[in-house]
Amino acid sequence: MDVPHQQEPVVQRLRLKYAKRGRLRFTSHRDFSRAFERALRRAKVPIAFSSGFSPHPRVSYANATPTGVASEAEYLEIALNQVVDPDAVRASLDAALPPGLDLIEVVEARSSDFASRLEASRWQLVLPGVEPEAAAAASAALLAETEVIVERMTKDGVRRFDARAAICSLELAKVQPAPPGEIGQLGAAIGQLHSPSAILAAVVRNGSPSVRPDDLLAALRVVAGLVPSNPPLVTRLAQGPLNASGSVVDPFDPDRE
Amino acid sequence: MRSLWSQLEPLLPLVSKPIQYVGGELNSSIKDWDSADVRWALMYPDAYEVGLPNQGVMILYEVLNELEGVLAERTYAIWPDLEKLMRANGVPQFTVDGHRNVADFDLLGISFSTELGYTNMLSALDLANIPLQAIDRTMDHPIVIAGGHAAFNPEPISEFIDCAVLGDGEEAVIKITKIVREWKLAGCPGGREGVLEKLATAGGIYVPRFYDVEYLADGQIKRVAPNRVGIPLRVSKHTVMNLDEWPYPKQPLVPLAETVHERMSVEIFRGCTRGCRFCQAGMITRPVRERSITGVAQMVQDGLDATGFAEVGLLSLSSADHSEIGEIAKGLADRYEGSNVGLSLPSTRVDAFNVDLANELTRNGRRSGLTFAPEGGSERMRKVINKMVTEEDLISTVRTAYENGWRQVKLYFMCGLPTEEDEDVLQIAVLAKRVIDAGRQATGGKDIRCTVSIGGFVPKPHTPFQWAAQCHHEVVDHRLKLLRAEVQGDRRYSKNIGFRYHDGKPSTIEGLLSRGDRRVGKVILTAWQRGQRFDGWSEHFSYERWAGAAADVFGESPISLDWFTTRERLETEVLPWDHLDSGLDKEWLWSDWREALDGEEVEDCRWSPCFDCGVCPSMGTQIQIGPTGKTVPLISISPMASA
Repeated sequence: MDVPHQQEPVVQRLRLKYAKRGRLRFTSHRDFSRAFERALRRAKVPIAFSSGFSPHPRVSYANATPTGVASEAEYLEIALNQVVDPDAVRASLDAALPPGLDLIEVVEARSSDFASRLEASRWQLVLPGVEPEAAAAASAALLAETEVIVERMTKDGVRRFDARAAICSLELAKVQPAPPGEIGQLGAAIGQLHSPSAILAAVVRNGSPSVRPDDLLAALRVVAGLVPSNPPLVTRLAQGPLNASGSVVDPFDPDRE
Repeated sequence: MRSLWSQLEPLLPLVSKPIQYVGGELNSSIKDWDSADVRWALMYPDAYEVGLPNQGVMILYEVLNELEGVLAERTYAIWPDLEKLMRANGVPQFTVDGHRNVADFDLLGISFSTELGYTNMLSALDLANIPLQAIDRTMDHPIVIAGGHAAFNPEPISEFIDCAVLGDGEEAVIKITKIVREWKLAGCPGGREGVLEKLATAGGIYVPRFYDVEYLADGQIKRVAPNRVGIPLRVSKHTVMNLDEWPYPKQPLVPLAETVHERMSVEIFRGCTRGCRFCQAGMITRPVRERSITGVAQMVQDGLDATGFAEVGLLSLSSADHSEIGEIAKGLADRYEGSNVGLSLPSTRVDAFNVDLANELTRNGRRSGLTFAPEGGSERMRKVINKMVTEEDLISTVRTAYENGWRQVKLYFMCGLPTEEDEDVLQIAVLAKRVIDAGRQATGGKDIRCTVSIGGFVPKPHTPFQWAAQCHHEVVDHRLKLLRAEVQGDRRYSKNIGFRYHDGKPSTIEGLLSRGDRRVGKVILTAWQRGQRFDGWSEHFSYERWAGAAADVFGESPISLDWFTTRERLETEVLPWDHLDSGLDKEWLWSDWREALDGEEVEDCRWSPCFDCGVCPSMGTQIQIGPTGKTVPLISISPMASA
């Protein structure tokens, strides 16, 4: 009893891209990690465990979206004690997770510093009860500022910080076709319920202080008094390095052959 | 039937833990509404995090959904933040599966593990726009059925429910489904009363409206009698025999939200004949029916495959008592060695064998805490409650535990037991100090702990203590204060002994709801109207609100909160649940109560002759135990194919 079970060594690392869609966007990060670790067991993925008396599956999470925010671009990394086919892992994990938590792509890690590659996020914000013109004007007003102080309630009380510097771009989304899947329909449904509604597209740098969609909305309220009639529907559409033209590109590129 | 999801969804970003209202748990199912002819909503009347892991609801959900043409969905108590928004936006009580209006189902089954769910039932009925009073309901409303242990005395909620089912639910829900289906197919003859009459005469289903209660001038019950022809004088409980034929849940629900039990549970036997006199569960679930060792092994593997849980709990009222538990523990520990699957046995039996079992199940893991339940502080008290544990048993057991590497021992006790004096409770401190001494000796003075947890005793129906005077909460609080001073006043021990207890007031209200009669219904309604909800949660429970409601409802009548709780009953008194038959012979219960007062102990009938509690002959059941001589089959646990 004094010697913990020896764990097998790590022989492969996989990077996973997954989506949090529809009603499953109310999953918190803690909820997701519990569900994911159970899915690993159900799918019999040969996950490596940490050593010690309470071994934990070796999963590294990066930049989880807040509870209530949908995502098409969440990432994590897992360490395995057997070499497996990434596509087989994608299929079996996707089957083991509830619909709405969907595995999009799995690649073998062939590069380091993955977390730091997740430089920025591209967000879509559906604002019920807001005229598109008002949203465009508020966005322009926000971009015209050099600093916009917002407040956020944290465990340690109210924190005040600048939300402007992290925003790379913010504009009315081109009237784009709804993104595939349930979110698109949901966004459309909310749009119909609260006509008019505006859809904004934003690219925001990840990192410290992290500016979340809520903070962006707070900034729009501060500079232009913009207040949606109902809670906005927010979706992270992409996450990755920023290129020279200010677009978010695929963080898996260095891992692909 | 339309989903309420689109109305609910905009409210969810505004409430805490929205995931609990979303549904979509692994292994949940949404059947087609129109292809079902009998539709059940199943409610656990507490928050989702408590209700989701409930085995009773999970079993019935699966049993019902396996039936052709039957649909079952789940609903849970809604926290006040969302309740307020639902009322403001006209969103009714919904099921988490299909987000359907609870009022649209044929049946609403509510599982009451404790009486503390009564106010949450009223919230759910009200949110669903179902009339609170059963007699006000029409053909448009579901039939509201209470089950679970509290249903063995449903009199306090008799005006709010249409029926109560006593005992095991697996076969009962199938029977009810059949009756309701036939009634619907026949064009609902006799309307609501028609189907209730069919249910009341089918056996095992209690329909309160078909019984009248008369009272004496002093407030006691004169008699309870059927008010129409053909209704049985007494209603008996259901007993499922041969648990191996009921391996449920086969597909345990796995929530996304965090719940109170982050593990899978496998029930290894039902019933208990240890004979602890305070224990309602042990009295009303007799006789003992074991699941076989091979049945347990199969359920563990199937459940792990279906859920991906990392821990399995082997549940029952006293798990170390399974006739082949040693073989089960060893076999499962062998099977899952090195697989990072944890096994736990929530047993609290005070003996060395229990420590051996715990050692077996933690071969490679950390040995943190072991729990034992002597329940009574003094030897005398333990004789009164028939918990046959001597002080020497306890000390030698904890010594073994500390010697085997366990660092923390938790001890469960009750305060407020019949005949209890201050000294009996203070004896808990003496025990705890001896436990620490034994631990220091065994480990050479390492950092060890003993946590003492104390609950207030509540006398329950269908137990030998059903006649007992409940100890007044001020007396309980006083004794706990004395005990605390005794533990904390001794600096040689105070750092090693933890002390956990609650004040006695909630036990008084639980006592009112447990042994109340129909006249308590108005108190529940009044307390709920004044805002009472979530009685099991200290931040929501208000003794003052309950006591105020009781005082206002009972007024100058001979009955009162004290009358229901701190009054000792006489042998001749008609008890509110006398017409509900748990199989226990009332004369045996009375003699066991008298023997308790004399400190006389009763053996377990699994290992000694029958002591005539009455259950087996009156219910047509018998003890079902091993050993079978079989072992846990070894299976190979293969990972996914390698690349």
